[in-house]
Amino acid sequence: MNIAFVIEDSLTGLMTGGVYALISVGIVLVFRATKVFNFAHGAVLMIGAYFYHTITSMLGVAGLGAWAIYVIGLPLTLIAAALFGAAIERVLMRPMIGQHPFPMIMVTVGLISVLEGTAAIVWSTNAHYPPALVGLSIDFVGGLAINRQMLASFLIAGVVFAIITVLFLKSKAGVAIRATASDQSTAYAMGINVPRVFMTTWMVAAATAALAGILLAPLNSLTPSLSQVGLSVIAVVILGGLDSVIGALLAAFIVGWLEAMANHFLGGDFKEIVPYVVVLVIILIRPHGLLGTPEVERV
Amino acid sequence: MIIGDYKATYAADEAIFRSWPVRYGFAALLIALAVLPFGANGFIIFLVTQVAIYTVAITGLNILTGYTGLISLGHGALVGVGAYATAVFANWLGAPWWVVMPIAVVFTAAVGLVFGLPSLRIRGLYLTIATLAASFIIIFIIEHWTEVTRGDSGITLAPATIFGTPLVSDAQKYGLIVPIAILAVLFAQNLFRTRVGRAFIAIRDADYSAEIIGVALTRYKLLAFALGSAYAGLAGSLWAYNFLALLPTQFELQLSIVFLAALVVGGNARTLGPVFGAVFVVLIPEFLKWAFGLLTPLNPTIVEYTAPANTIVYGLLIIGFMIFEPMGLAAIWTRFWRFINLWPFSP
Repeated sequence: MNIAFVIEDSLTGLMTGGVYALISVGIVLVFRATKVFNFAHGAVLMIGAYFYHTITSMLGVAGLGAWAIYVIGLPLTLIAAALFGAAIERVLMRPMIGQHPFPMIMVTVGLISVLEGTAAIVWSTNAHYPPALVGLSIDFVGGLAINRQMLASFLIAGVVFAIITVLFLKSKAGVAIRATASDQSTAYAMGINVPRVFMTTWMVAAATAALAGILLAPLNSLTPSLSQVGLSVIAVVILGGLDSVIGALLAAFIVGWLEAMANHFLGGDFKEIVPYVVVLVIILIRPHGLLGTPEVERV
Repeated sequence: MIIGDYKATYAADEAIFRSWPVRYGFAALLIALAVLPFGANGFIIFLVTQVAIYTVAITGLNILTGYTGLISLGHGALVGVGAYATAVFANWLGAPWWVVMPIAVVFTAAVGLVFGLPSLRIRGLYLTIATLAASFIIIFIIEHWTEVTRGDSGITLAPATIFGTPLVSDAQKYGLIVPIAILAVLFAQNLFRTRVGRAFIAIRDADYSAEIIGVALTRYKLLAFALGSAYAGLAGSLWAYNFLALLPTQFELQLSIVFLAALVVGGNARTLGPVFGAVFVVLIPEFLKWAFGLLTPLNPTIVEYTAPANTIVYGLLIIGFMIFEPMGLAAIWTRFWRFINLWPFSP
């Protein structure tokens, strides 16, 4: 066993954790504001990545250079994804405001099927390789190989995560979201536009998911099954504690690292199963996760 | 003048068949099912068998999700456990189907309990997430425990035999599977007239109140989970004897979503719900295959879209029924019969 490889894999795992944090912040925000656990978050991520693929290939056809990806492609993708999130909220979630969570959970489960099927018809099930934001190259730091693409993904995810957390804590919209989360009807009575809060959280969630999709798609490949990431990120959300943004960040690193270690010691197949084992263990020993509100109802 | 479907005695209220259309409808259905294998062609018999297997699986999901209020995203994987347990035990013991089937049912119930146990003490979302995790873990084990399950290359088993005759034709399998499915559905219908079934409903409607009036919550939730898993195991066992060859990918999350779609379309917490739902989800792929087949002369590549179109339709059914008719087809059916029953005073 070579200790350098273990360190290298640990770093890879922590860098993947950054992207997981970016994905899970969307689930946590939507859950806090609307009490809906969005099982379709990964599917939204996948659709966002396909938006990016389509927009960048259109830019390529238009003959614009690589700069267009950053100046036009990226903002356009995020706007498209945000509008898509708003559409989901307006069409599917809004009619069911105030109902029992069961139908809403079922709707998000149904949405997985609809989005995966649509992606398979529109973009086919063949793998696509959209352009990466940062080219693939390996740097050596004192004998450790570091994948620059992954490092960049980690940094982008980290910065965006930080921005969202600060906005969540400081901005007016963030305060409105937290007020709605803690007491919906009082928030309504105090003049907060609750439906708009719901729409904002869905837009932010969809945009961050799309960004995560843009970062992940070049690393793996873009197929409709990219949406599975959203299901394995559930482990991060549960470990972090469902309603805690900071908890999700910590948990993302832990899960990313555990996956990398499983990959290193047991082989690539075991990496895929790690999140689900983590979920079961957490539910067994600490259902409210690392930093979640411990008001889990035991019955 | 009849103005409503009122019962004058407790016996009438508790009856298995609550009104004359239901009683005669059931009798007519039984006769039709008994005559069918002698008249219909093999494909129709195969489809009805398929509906029967799905009905058993969805009835199990109905006990869990519809009556007890615990959403399961792992039901498809549990059907897989039942199917694989049947194949593995049949090959290993060389025992007849009436020995293997109960073993598979008990085994699946035990596996279901292992995954349900941690989350049953916590309310809400956690069981759904635990069953989702269970689904992935079960499929992973089936794919990787190759010495027993033969992994991705799939497993085969010998056909069931009755009095030395192997059941290989569609009509023969129909003769084994459909009666078992009818018994399973009747058992579920009767269950909800008993203490146990009413305890399940009480838990779904108000768990704290149920505890206060003397329902042992954890025990009944465990029982519901074990029963639901046992139905999944039975469905899996029938599935194994119907197809005689199994692949792990058949039982992935997609199957669980199909079951949920069937339950939502057919109707939660109704005995007929799973039956309608099963008919629906078995016929949809056939209908789409037929429709896309008609379109093939116009566009030869359209056949590739059949599978995704299937997925989309299942998803749309869940969403559409949840928003517009949460009680499913069974509610529409009840309304229709109430209309007939009260005629000419129907509202």
